[in-house]
Amino acid sequence: MVSYAFHVNGKAQRVESWDPDQPLLYLLRNGLGLHGPKFGCGLGQCGACTVLMDGAAVRSCSLPVSAAQGKSVTTLEGLGTPEKPDRVQAAFIAEQAAQCGYCTNGMVMTAKALLAKTPRPTAAQVKEALADNLCRCGTHTRILHAVLRASQA
Amino acid sequence: MTAMPDLSRRGLLKAGGALVVSFSLDAAWPARAQTSATLKTDLGKTVDANEVDGFLAVHPDGSVTVYSGKVDLGTGFRIAVRQMVAEELELPVDRIALIEGDTALTPDQGPTAGSTGIQRGGVQIRQAAATARQALLRLASEALKTPPDALVVENGTIRAKTGGKRVRFGDLIAGKPFALKLDPKAPLKDPAVYAVVGKPLPRPDLPAKLTGRHTYMQDFKLAGMLHGRVVHPPAIGARLDAVDEASISSIPGARVVRIENFLGVVAEDEWAAVRAARELKASWSGGGGLPGSEGLQRAIRESPVQADEALVHRGDAPQVLGAAAKKLSATYYWPPQSHASLGPSCAVADVRAEEATIWTSSQATHKYWPHFAKFLGLPVEKVRLVYLDGAGCYGMNGHEDAAADAAILSRAAGRPVRVQWMREDEHGWDPKGPPQLLELSASLDDGGKIAAWSAEMWIPAATKGLPNIPLLSPAAAGLPQPQGIGTGLISQNADPSYTVPNVRVVAHWLKDTPLRPSNLRSPGKVANTFAVESLVDELAAHAGADPLAFRLQGLDDPRGIEVLKRVGEIMKWEPRNGPSGGGSGADAHARGRGIAYIHYKHAENYIAMGMDVTVDRSSGVVHVERVVCAHDCGLVINPDAVKNQVEGGILQTLSRALFEEAVFDSNRVTSVDWASYPILKFPDVPEVVVELIDRPELPPVGAGEAATAPVAAALANAIFDAVGVRLRQVPMTPERVKQALAHS
Repeated sequence: MVSYAFHVNGKAQRVESWDPDQPLLYLLRNGLGLHGPKFGCGLGQCGACTVLMDGAAVRSCSLPVSAAQGKSVTTLEGLGTPEKPDRVQAAFIAEQAAQCGYCTNGMVMTAKALLAKTPRPTAAQVKEALADNLCRCGTHTRILHAVLRASQA
Repeated sequence: MTAMPDLSRRGLLKAGGALVVSFSLDAAWPARAQTSATLKTDLGKTVDANEVDGFLAVHPDGSVTVYSGKVDLGTGFRIAVRQMVAEELELPVDRIALIEGDTALTPDQGPTAGSTGIQRGGVQIRQAAATARQALLRLASEALKTPPDALVVENGTIRAKTGGKRVRFGDLIAGKPFALKLDPKAPLKDPAVYAVVGKPLPRPDLPAKLTGRHTYMQDFKLAGMLHGRVVHPPAIGARLDAVDEASISSIPGARVVRIENFLGVVAEDEWAAVRAARELKASWSGGGGLPGSEGLQRAIRESPVQADEALVHRGDAPQVLGAAAKKLSATYYWPPQSHASLGPSCAVADVRAEEATIWTSSQATHKYWPHFAKFLGLPVEKVRLVYLDGAGCYGMNGHEDAAADAAILSRAAGRPVRVQWMREDEHGWDPKGPPQLLELSASLDDGGKIAAWSAEMWIPAATKGLPNIPLLSPAAAGLPQPQGIGTGLISQNADPSYTVPNVRVVAHWLKDTPLRPSNLRSPGKVANTFAVESLVDELAAHAGADPLAFRLQGLDDPRGIEVLKRVGEIMKWEPRNGPSGGGSGADAHARGRGIAYIHYKHAENYIAMGMDVTVDRSSGVVHVERVVCAHDCGLVINPDAVKNQVEGGILQTLSRALFEEAVFDSNRVTSVDWASYPILKFPDVPEVVVELIDRPELPPVGAGEAATAPVAAALANAIFDAVGVRLRQVPMTPERVKQALAHS
């Protein structure tokens, strides 16, 4: 077992892994009980596992835990709570931008990274930013409206 | 890694009839605490669908719990059914709790399929609430010594119209059972005074879902739980010859579970289970023998037919078509498709010697309850299936299989086991929407109306004598289970939704289909309507008629006329009598608009859909710019939830129509990730305009699937309008568009 230290949602955390290549996702979900990031494909193709690492959206399903050493990770839980959602989460709730909701973690986290760089994106920029985030229920137009709403909040 | 004993079925059965497994447990396998979180299978609550207590309980504090056999698959059912109950009981929605799809607590209301959640499930629960309201009024009448018609129900209390006497629900019934049968005659509230039904109330689960606090199936854990993974064979139906357990000896705590041809691994650590399943060496033989995607259409035509069934026989279509000066005929094909759920299927099972509890995202916990009891060798009443939200399924996907995997692994390991499929399991092994082949012919009368219609369908047997196995792992493990897996009502709507005097629809029910089939959103109707509304469009063009006017001319049902006219208005439809996008090929980007219509199942929703597209002649890429849908599903309970479903149905079906085909070779499915099975992405997403036509005086019908049906035809018709070619096969890929253009 090797120990890895990094910050998660502002708190110093230490996790142990028998395999340095274990994806960060499993340690967040099983080690730290953070269920916001979801397993979707394990291939970095769908975005359901997205977290922010030092502010950039990364795919935690294919990021080895060793690569998170010393970094600052933010998960969906770190943004806001049901009672006090952050502005992107609040915009998704206002637009009722989910069906099953399994992809929404990736949508919200990728939108956070986009808005940090581009505070007032056009619809085309939002579509481009979310091009590699998949939604199977067909909630795309609501997600698009939610991100635009958040950008105006 | 520690070797597990041989778990062959014979060895297991020898252990005492039922599947009892004993292990030599080492230190890594602590004895399971009897105090684990396993829920009891018998809670003493009635689940009788004829009893009010089956559906409702009024608690001492006046709040209500509703027990629903139907579940919320991300549809908004969870708020909508509360609205229906709130309306009848005059109670705020947030005073109503909801338990869904738990075989120990909720009545069997049938699977949450076919868009029946509200239409059947909600309506049944509404009647229970109406019955309860009458009972509460009777109790209040006695308590307040006031006749029922001098009482008013409001906000969880009942009061006398005059005099100020009042009593709260909780004080009237105080947690006691109603002990009442559902009264089909219990009066329902007058829709004219609805205060809650018809309002776009927000879904109660979204704040937790959006902040990572919602417990999905994938997030559910039990104390002492192991993680499991299954190893699917390299060919469908292959035999497992040998397993090299040493191949995973370096992975901590990983163990092999082998039962005949079922192969799985369990480990304390999830990543260990993932790696063990990936790295375990096994040798397999046999299986396969599939026709492959390339040979599928031919295989369908040559496939043994179980029965030919004339589904519609009105007038004399063969005679009229035979005598027609001109008839149009065309063949349409819809390929097998995956549910392609965004999260791979997941389940947790705690199987013990005497009872078993299985947490699953199955949309049909009651339907599959006997399956689990049978292959576990337990009485049904000792097995409990509990629904938890999963990633969206649109029919039966891998949820039930993952649950069976977890149950078999838990039985073998003697511990609770969580199984989550990997991406290649979900795409490769979920039951598929089956392929459909249709041959249509039609002719017009002298007035330019449809005179005769013939449809022949080649589709897998859907209802009787089903040969397919429902669940993968019991079959692989040689365990008994009821046979057959339904594909839904796949033969409907092969005749047009217009007045046609001579119609013949024949289903050639095939004995089997290469990939295990199931119901996939709008089963059958999605392909049938593609074919029907494409040929209707061809007939309009043949008659030199405008596609919208041609359809209106064939209708006398005012609800059908209204949805078509609304789409025409929203689109600012200009009449056309042939391709309008410039069939000459002068412009590389041709624009077109198409329209389609359906009266769903000839009995439910009325839906018209219009689409604006551009077609790039050189690349063959079709881009959908805008979709307009007018949707009449009778009474609308929650308009925002309905819109969300309709929008989702449209976009998902655009994805199916443009991109999706489950590809397989002679052995197994090869489209096993998002690269080989692409779906709609954000840059492909059009503007979607949905207009709901509310009919408060009518019963509600489903809203989850009907809007999918006209999508592919509206798309194909828009492509025709743009470039003058007909696409009769899904997916409408750039290659197929280019091919069609080259042959035009």
